[in-house]
Formats: sequence, C-alpha cells, structure tokens
Amino acid sequence: MIKSRLSCLPENNNPAPLLRRIEAAHFGTDRVRRRDFLMDISFRLNGELVSLTDVDPTRSVLDFLREDKGLTGTKEGCNEGDCGACSALVGDAGGVRAQNTCLMMLGHLDGRALVTVEGLAAPDGTPHPVQQALVDHHGSQCGFCTPGFAVTLAAGHLSSDHDIKTLLGGNLCRCTGYAPILRAAEAAATETSPPHLKDALEAPRPDASKEAGPACPGAVDALATLYADHPEATLIGGATEVALDVNKALKDLPFPIFLGQVREFDKIEITEDKITFGAGASIETLRRIMAGHHPGFAEMLTRFGSAQVRAAGTIGGNVANGSPIAETPPPLIALGAELHLRHRDARRNLPLEQYYVAYGQQDRRDGEFIEAVSIPRQKDRLRSYKIARRFDQDICTVLGAFNIHVNVGKVLSARIAFGGMAGVVKRAEAVERALIGRPWTRETVAAALDAFETDFAPISDLRAGADYRREVARNLLLRYWHEDQGTPVAVMGVTP
Amino acid sequence: MTAGRPLPHDSAALHVSGAARYVDDIPLPANALHLAFGLSPEAHGRLRGLDLDAVRQAAGVIAVFTAEDLRFANDVSPSVHDEPLLAEAEVFYHGQPIFLVAATSHRAARKAAKLAKIDVDPLPAIVTIDQALSADSRFEDGPVIWQNGDVDNALARAAQVIEGSVELGGQEHFYLEGQASAALPQDDGDMVVHSSTQHPTEIQHKVAEALGLPMHAVRVETRRMGGGFGGKESQGNALAVACAVAAQATGRPCKMRYDRDDDMVITGKRHDFRIGYRIGVDGTGRLLAADFTHLVRCGWAQDLSLPVADRAMLHADNAYHIPVMRIESHRLKTNTASATAFRGFGGPQGMFGIERALDHVAHVLRMDPVDLRRRNFYSGPGAPRQHTHYGMEVEDFDLRPMVSALLQRSDYATRRASVDQWNRENAVLKKGLALSPVKFGISFTLTHLNQAGALVHVYQDGSVAMNHGGTEMGQGLNQKVAQVAARIFGIGPDRVRITATDTAKVPNTSATAASSGSDLNGMAVKAACETIKSRLVQHLCKKFSVSDKEIRFEDGKVKVCDQVFSFADVVQAAYLARISLSATGYYRTPKLSWDRVKGRGRPFFYFAYGVAATEAVVDTLTGESRILRADILHDAGASLNPALDIGQVEGGYVQGAGWLTMEELLWDDDGRLLTHAPATYKIPTARDAPEVFNVALWDGENREETIYRSKAVGEPPFMLGISAFLALSDAVSACGPGYADLDAPATAERILAAINRVRA
Ligand SMILES: Cc1cc2nc3c(=O)[nH]c(=O)nc-3n(C[C@H](O)[C@H](O)[C@H](O)COP(=O)(O)OP(=O)(O)OC[C@H]3O[C@@H](n4cnc5c(N)ncnc54)[C@H](O)[C@@H]3O)c2cc1C
Ligand code: FES
Ligand code: FES
Repeated sequence: MIKSRLSCLPENNNPAPLLRRIEAAHFGTDRVRRRDFLMDISFRLNGELVSLTDVDPTRSVLDFLREDKGLTGTKEGCNEGDCGACSALVGDAGGVRAQNTCLMMLGHLDGRALVTVEGLAAPDGTPHPVQQALVDHHGSQCGFCTPGFAVTLAAGHLSSDHDIKTLLGGNLCRCTGYAPILRAAEAAATETSPPHLKDALEAPRPDASKEAGPACPGAVDALATLYADHPEATLIGGATEVALDVNKALKDLPFPIFLGQVREFDKIEITEDKITFGAGASIETLRRIMAGHHPGFAEMLTRFGSAQVRAAGTIGGNVANGSPIAETPPPLIALGAELHLRHRDARRNLPLEQYYVAYGQQDRRDGEFIEAVSIPRQKDRLRSYKIARRFDQDICTVLGAFNIHVNVGKVLSARIAFGGMAGVVKRAEAVERALIGRPWTRETVAAALDAFETDFAPISDLRAGADYRREVARNLLLRYWHEDQGTPVAVMGVTP
Repeated sequence: MTAGRPLPHDSAALHVSGAARYVDDIPLPANALHLAFGLSPEAHGRLRGLDLDAVRQAAGVIAVFTAEDLRFANDVSPSVHDEPLLAEAEVFYHGQPIFLVAATSHRAARKAAKLAKIDVDPLPAIVTIDQALSADSRFEDGPVIWQNGDVDNALARAAQVIEGSVELGGQEHFYLEGQASAALPQDDGDMVVHSSTQHPTEIQHKVAEALGLPMHAVRVETRRMGGGFGGKESQGNALAVACAVAAQATGRPCKMRYDRDDDMVITGKRHDFRIGYRIGVDGTGRLLAADFTHLVRCGWAQDLSLPVADRAMLHADNAYHIPVMRIESHRLKTNTASATAFRGFGGPQGMFGIERALDHVAHVLRMDPVDLRRRNFYSGPGAPRQHTHYGMEVEDFDLRPMVSALLQRSDYATRRASVDQWNRENAVLKKGLALSPVKFGISFTLTHLNQAGALVHVYQDGSVAMNHGGTEMGQGLNQKVAQVAARIFGIGPDRVRITATDTAKVPNTSATAASSGSDLNGMAVKAACETIKSRLVQHLCKKFSVSDKEIRFEDGKVKVCDQVFSFADVVQAAYLARISLSATGYYRTPKLSWDRVKGRGRPFFYFAYGVAATEAVVDTLTGESRILRADILHDAGASLNPALDIGQVEGGYVQGAGWLTMEELLWDDDGRLLTHAPATYKIPTARDAPEVFNVALWDGENREETIYRSKAVGEPPFMLGISAFLALSDAVSACGPGYADLDAPATAERILAAINRVRA
C-alpha cells in the first residue's frame, strides 16, 4: 500500500511528481554513481562518538538504533511519524528537540548528537526527573509509549516548555488517557535537568577536513550544480514526507541529496519590506518568527504535525510538491508570498499560487529547486483556520486563510486561499471580488458566501464529504467575520 | 496492608528507562528470519493464480509458503475453524493473508511480499450492513431473539412510543505495540513461542495443531504486551502460527511483527452496529417496554462475534429496569476483517443503544435526562429486588447513591444552569452537559472460561516467585496479584516476583479478558499462597506447640506468640524440616448458570458500576467539538490498588470517548479499509482528554466474595465515555427545536449535519 502523507484522495496515493520522474530515470545499474551517494557519517550517540563509513544514508535511524545498536528502548509504533514512540533527542547548532527517529535517516545524523531513552538517566543510573515523575504518577501502563513520552518530556524540560499538551501532540498513548502523564510533566517541571544531557547533546565539531560528499552539499551553489547534473536525485529536507516512501512504499532512494547542511537554507532575513525564509527553515522556525508578525499563522502552525514533525519538516518540503492539503501554502498565498526558485545559476521568482499549476503539476523544471520563500511585510489581518479530525497532529480537511484589510468600514483588499477545496491550494477569487470595495458588514459577508460555488468544487474523500467542505468553507468566512466582531469562535478558547 | 496500596506498576521503572522488553525487543540468534504476509488485493474472490517467482528471487528471501505448504492444520480461528492461516481457494477480505515470506530482515520480507502476482477473480463483496441484510449473509441461521414479555402488546399500551435508529462505528484497538510473535525451534522438535497475546494457551493450542504436535511440545511465553484491549485475544494467532510453521520448516528462529498499516488492515476491530429502538413510556417517563434490533457487522469469520453480540444483548438494559423487552440480534457476515474482542466485548454497543434511546426519550418528553434515568434505575438495597431482561436478580445496585454523589461533586445543577445561560448568550459555540451510568456484568459468558490456575514458589531466602494464567498488557495485573501474595505472607511486594506468563508453568488458562484478570488469577494465587502458608503455620504450631491463632505474618516477620522471626528464617527452617514450599492454586467463579440459547440465567457473578458527567462544546460553524470537563465516580469495590484502578478509569474513559467522537473507520465500496494508519485514523491525544478531569473511586466493597472484595475494572470504565457523546448531543440540541439524532462517531461532519437537522 503506497502512501503519501499529503495525498488527499484515498485512491490518489500517487507519489510526488519528482519521484515519478526518478522512477522513469535509469538508476540502479550505475554502480559507481550509486556509491557516490553513500556517506561517511559521524555523530554523537548517547554521549559516545560514532563514525560510520559507506552507509546508505537513507537507512532509518530507528532501524539503525534497534537492529544495529540493540537500543530497543526506542519503539516503533507506526513507522510514519504519528505516534511518537520512536522519539529521540536531537542536538545541533539549532538547539535541542525531540524528533521521530522513524522519519530520520542516517544522513540526517551527520554532525549531530542523538540521545535515546537509554541516555536520559545520569551515568550513575539516577533517572531523569521526567522518568521519575512518570513512575511516581503512574504515567505508564503498558509502557510501550513511555520511552517516547519520556524523551519528549525531557526535550520540553530542557527548553522549559510548559505548554505540555502542545509538546505532547505527537505522542500517542492508548492506555492512560494522558492524565497521569500530564501530572508527571507538571511535577517534573520544577526539577533541574541533569547536567550530562547537555554534554551528550553537544553536536560533535564538524570535521573541517572532511569533504562533504555529494549526498550532503554544504553550500547552495554546490547543490545547484549537483541537482542540475542529477535531476533524478531525491532532495531530502526533513524527510517527513520522503521517509514515508522508504518506510511504507518500501522504495529505495538511490540518489539522495540531503539539504540539511546547505548553509544558506537556514537563513532568515527580515527587511523593511519582506521576510525571507531559506527553504530549509523548519516549520517550528516559521512558527516562531510568525508569532511576532502574524500570530494567527503561528497559532495555526502549532497544529501542524507535532512538535517532532515541526522540528524536522521544512518550509521548502511543504510547498514543493503542491499537495492540495499542505498547510503553509494557504496562509502564505493569502499573505502574497513569493517563491524563489533556482536551476543551476538561473534564479526566478514566482507568486506562490502560480507555482501550483494543477493537481500533481508544479511550475518547476527538472533539476530546479526552491531556494527560499518570502512574505511581504504588512499589517496583520491574517487568520488561518484549520479544520481537521483532530486538533493536534492531523492533516487538514479544509484550511482557509483570510487576509482581509478594512479601511473606514470598507474592504480595501482581500486575499483568501484554501487548502482541501480543489486539486491545488487555490485562491477564492470570486469571494475576494465579492468583498472588495464593499462595507465590512454581515450583509456583505452573507452576500459573498455564494461566490464560494464559483471558486470551488470540492470532492469527497476519507477526510470529509464534498458537502461538508463546501459548507465549512462558507462558514469559515463567517467565522472570520464573527471573530473580527469579538465573538468567541474557537472551541479551544473555551475554559471549562 | 499491602493489598489496597497505590503502588506503581511493577514494571514502571523499566518502562520509563526503555529497558522493558516486548516481543520485538527480545534478542534472537543471528540466523533468525523475519516474516511478512502477502495480502489479498480483493475483498472477495477466487484465487486463480499465484506467481511467487519474483518473491522467491527477491533479496534476502529464504522461504515462501502458501496454503499447500502447510503440513498440518491451516487454521487460526479461536472458535469454529473457519479462518485459514493462508487463504486456499477463495479470499474473503481485502488484506487476508495469502502467502508467507521468510527473509533475513523485516524490510526484506515486506519488500518481497509486494512482488507477488496475485490473480484473483473478483466475486461480489458484501461490505455494508445493508448489503449483508439483503443478501441474508449471516452467522447462525437467523437472528437471535430474546424476549421478556410481549413487547408489541406493551408498546401498544404505552402513553408514548419513541422510535429511532442509530449508527455506531467500530474501533481500531491501536495498541501501541503492534502484533508480534517469535518462535524458536528446540532440539527435540519442540517449539518455544514468544507472543504478544492475551491468550497464551490458545496460541499453544493453535501452534500445536499447525505443527502436528501435542500441546506439551509447545511452550508459549508472554512477558508483557504493549497494550491489548481485546485485540490480542485471538488476533495474534496468525503471527504465532506463521512463525512456528516457518521455524519448523527452516529450523531457524522466526519472528513476525506487522507493520502498523498491515496490522490495521489484517486484524479485526470492534464490531460496528446499527441499533434500532422502540421505547414505550408512561406519562411520567417510566419505561414500560423496549424493542431493540442489533445489526452487527461481524466480518468474514466468526471469531468471537457470537459472544460479543450476546454481551451487547446482555447490556441492552444498562442500569434500567425495563419490564418488557425484546432484542433481535443479527450477526452479519461481511467481506471485511473479522471483527473481534475489544474492551467491553459488545457491552458498550448494547449500553450505547439504551443510553442513546433515553437521550431521545428525554428530548421528546421534554424531561431532564438525569431525572429520566434516575426514575428508571433498578431498585437499590432495601427495596424489593428486580430482575434483568435475562432473568438475573440485580442484588447490588449501587448506582443510586453513586449518581447522587456525583451530581453533588460535579456541581451538576449549577453547571446545567450555566451551560444553558452560555447557550443563550453565544451564537457560534454551544455547550452541552450529560450524565451516563454504567452497570457492567462481570464474568465470561462462556461459563467454563471462569477458571484460573497459579503456581507459587517460596525460595529458601524468603523470596517468592509466582506465575498465573493472566497476561500483563498494562493493566497492572501482576502488581495487583503480587500485592495479594505479599499480603498473605506479610512481606513487601518487592519480595514477590511475577514471572512471564508461561504455558509450561500454568496450563489451560483462559484469555486475560472480560475484565477477569485479577478476579480469577488473584484468587488462584491466593489459594496457592494459602496452601503454602498453612504448611508453614502447621509446622510452626508443631514446633512451638502453639495454636494457629497465635501466629501472625506481617511486616516481613512471622510472630509466634511473642517471638518474632523473619519470614526468611521461617522459610529456611521449614525447608530444613522438609516442607514443600511450592504449590499450585486454582479458582473457579461460583454462582454462575447461563443458558445462552434461551438467554436466561445468571451469566455474571456481579456487576461493576460507574457514572460520569461530561461537559462539551461544539462549534456550530464547523462542527468541531471538544470535551471540557469530565467527572467520574467509579466502583472498583475495595480496590486492590487504587492508583492502578484510577489509571484504568481515566484511560477507559478517554478510549471510550474517542470511540464515540473522533475515531472513524472508513471502507471504500470495494471493501478496502481507507483509514489504515494513524495518519487518518485519529485516536485522542493529550489535548483531547478532558481539560478538567476528576476521577474518584466509590468507597464500597463487593458484596460477593471476590479477591479482597475488589471489583474488576478493566472494561467497565470504557463505557463512561458514552457521557461525552451525550454531551455533544445535548450541545447540538441547543441549536434548535429538533432532536440531535446524532450517529457515532460524532465527527465534526456529523455534528454539523445534526445541527442543520435540529435547526430545520
Ligand atoms: C506525522 C506527520 C504529520 C504531518 N503533518 C502535517 C501537517 O499538519 N501539515 C502539513 O502541511 N504537512 C504535514 N506533514 C507533511 C510534512 O511534514 C510537511 O509537508 C513538511 O513540511 C515537509 O518538509 P520536509 O522537509 O520534511 O520534506 P521532505 O520529506 O524532506 O521533502 C518533501 C518533498 O519536497 C521536496 N523538497 C524538499 N525540499 C525541497 C526544495 N528546497 N526544493 C525542491 N524540492 C524540495 C523533496 O524532494 C520531497 O519530494 C506531516 C507529515 C508527517 C509525517
Ligand atoms: S514509530 Fe510512530 S512516530 Fe515513529
Ligand atoms: S501506556 Fe500503553 S500506550 Fe501509553
């Protein structure tokens, strides 16, 4: 059963177009070239330096831990990033966070530090405060989810993150109902983090003499050349999509290019008139920055995947494949974002909505990649409404982003974009037209609702029926209006 | 006293450190093989051809098996031999195992399994309840009907009859540890099997059949499961048998674990139901008669469906005395994975039917739903006893005081008023509040299963090792039972070690199911411990010429009149005096008599009770919802371990609420499960648990002589989640004059549709 996380139709389990191209390409026979994409990798594992030579960098870190290292405390609950049982701590220059090892590949480990559940306790065996609290508060029943919870809680503990429910959105427990785990988190919050963790999470110094192999370019120019020469390669950002091809569709990726060490990709530039994100900026970084500019965007992003997925997933990976239910594109389009593409030395810029040509088709040629995404600076009027089956860690059924500027009671401009309503993320242009220039009143809003019929003809799939999508899309415009009037509209905002 | 203390789970320290071993963590010899099934691409069809050449040639493949390669029984059914390990001429559901690959790694086996060319001639697939009904596709000859009085007559005389029908979805177990098994061939042809199973004896039985061996040649060990919830009562058979067969054929250890997607496709789930009801009431809201129709989607094989459907019928009354009752239960056979045991075993579905019907009745009568429920409760202590619709006297009905207490603790009346006020003041968000009780029958309805054995050894240093037939899946059974042993010997629970469940130590066990784990095994262990203790006492009586009344075992000491010895010294002395320090124990539940065909008798030793009040909020624009608060009072009798019992209640409630709110299984028209991964099948996360969650145990004790007067607690709290569904129904009803008429699970889509209906 092939699966692609962001596919919206049950039968539409098509792999990404890029991958289709690779299938058509002639790989597997050219031994020498294949070898080029093997890697020498060094990283710190539970405090110890580990060096591996000539490894397939696409091997899953979870399998490596369990099968090669006998570190079986890290569990496989789903092998697709949804349960958190495989969580481990990752440390590098960007800080420390929990990630799903089932979605990590060995190539991601190079130059980083990894601490598994086995490494949480102090060298003398003293349990980590979160481990002790889990025992004291009966936080484990069957215990299978527990290592993952311990790790994620330890990550939160290290960064003094007290929004525990958001932190734990990617850790499933089927036994406890979470109550004792939340009690444990609360109890552990006041304890200090054991000192050995800081050292164990210190990334090993990058080896200056080491030639970063083709699979792991260090600079964007190198990437541009390599990818133009090898358009059949697979670009790998956080692998939160690509790993599913490996884990679930059981594909081999003979020509992987890891983007994690491309220096320019992490850059975030904030100028007078725009904010530019390197393609490798994580969703978590995007969320953090957006909190200061468009808090409604940031708020929606706390529901993007889980803490683990947000830490790994990149903005480039999210927008690249044109999934109709990818969640950054609607708010990005509503904000008027631009995509910066590059092929070898040729660069071009494109309004994001123009990149999405049709379902499964983007305006991107072979060997071209996304270098950055930029958002024009503006006054914040953006709200992003994600409708999903579950609050945390679920892909949207419908996602509506509204950026409606009002001046002295009149709608000055409106950019509205929806995910889950068509084969691509798409602007609601007819609705925008029905609003612009009109008084910002309930009547205008009510009169604009029928324009949704012009803009969208949604389909039914396993997330919801077409009628539901249609009705909810209309109602989200109403929600925006109600919220603007100060009416409570969010179930999460209600206090018991 | 050790029993009754809120001690942590015996494996808690191992859980948090990652040291606790599950089947897939057990180190195997380097030559071990890894297995994967090749699955049917069709829901129904004739197997025309199977080209496995590419599979055989794939990297790492050592052996491939089809049904023809099986030397002995090709069956993994827990009931009627209708479930081949590998399909023969016909396939009956999408995902049915057709062939088996053994390879050098898990990944190699899975990759190879995808390379088969499977040629299936499709036959019409029966997927839905309606399709099964119209094709008359069912188990048994016709519906099972239980009648208590003349329902048509009673309904004709009722002041009002409320009729309706509700769809009730199934549920994926989503144990965090997927199904797993490993088999190690022994030098004499015997087989040792490690299995993540709730039922080691059945694994032993099925493996022995498949290998052509007597049961004594197969030893099954289960240390712990990463969750079971009923999903490992019979669904692990296929993996264990596959491993054993491949191990016998290759002479190499074999391990199999399902990838999560495969697990969800291959294994059975909770039965989904459609429940029709006709309820007759008098002018005051008293129930006069009820007529239920249960349409039960059982899947392709019988598995445990008949007793599941029976238990649904047994809980159609929940906590209410309904003088005239008729239940018609259709066990429908469909081309979907065979539905199986899941916490509550049909009880939740039966109970949901009456609770949903009462919700409807209260709406029609404009009556307070809590008043309506209280008016119809079974009689409590002191009043003349009433009988259930299957003729069992309700002797211990504790719910009346429990409900009063919960109403008070949860400040129900005040909150009812503030919910109503909120709803008057808020246009977009509407709140709901509801209460629902649970009365759940404890015992296996297959009476012979209500027995258990134990084996207890006391070593010369005073440490105790014990074994019983129950399995540990997170419920803390071993800890509870260890506390029983510790109490009897007057020693600390740290002196008691429970070892892995092992068919070579305690034979012929029942599944750890029906909430029976500590009731049955606790008593069996108690019997064994008491045997040893009485030997020690006899020895001391003789040695010190005292009567047994002058001997006490407490605080790790043995007090003989005013002399004090350590437990270890007493044991050592007994050993030197050649006294046996090992014993078996046995228990069978008394008082049971049940005729399942007639539907009459006493199927249960006793009832466990609980009550929950839930407050929820819905968004009338999108149908999104959230549970705000839950207050629960649950009856665990005199709890063996209140911390573990509260854990069962909290976990059960959230799992039950998940079933009725967010967890939705979807199949396409061709019988393919669409929601076969956690990406699309959503169980509750930490945020979905009630924001305010007050759980307490009812201070009472079992009137029956159970282990220290405790009550079973595994399944009953699951049904407290019904109150969450009813709270959503209440919130929807606040949107307009109509009845919410909500189906389950109450997804955003269903809630929004219901809101449109009540407004219409
Ligand atoms: C459990 C889970 C939950 C998720 N939840 C959400 C969610 O809530 N919302 C959501 O929108 N998504 C979600 N996703 C999908 C995924 O996490 C996001 O799309 C993420 O942003 C992908 O980024 P990545 O770096 O991990 O992508 P990768 O998997 O590394 O790459 C994805 C694709 O983009 C290509 N690519 C990557 N970078 C570039 C580049 N610079 N130029 C051109 N092509 C590139 C890759 O070749 C690949 O085809 C979820 C995934 C998982 C596993
Ligand atoms: S195994 Fe479930 S998230 Fe990795
Ligand atoms: S303790 Fe069993 S899944 Fe969390």
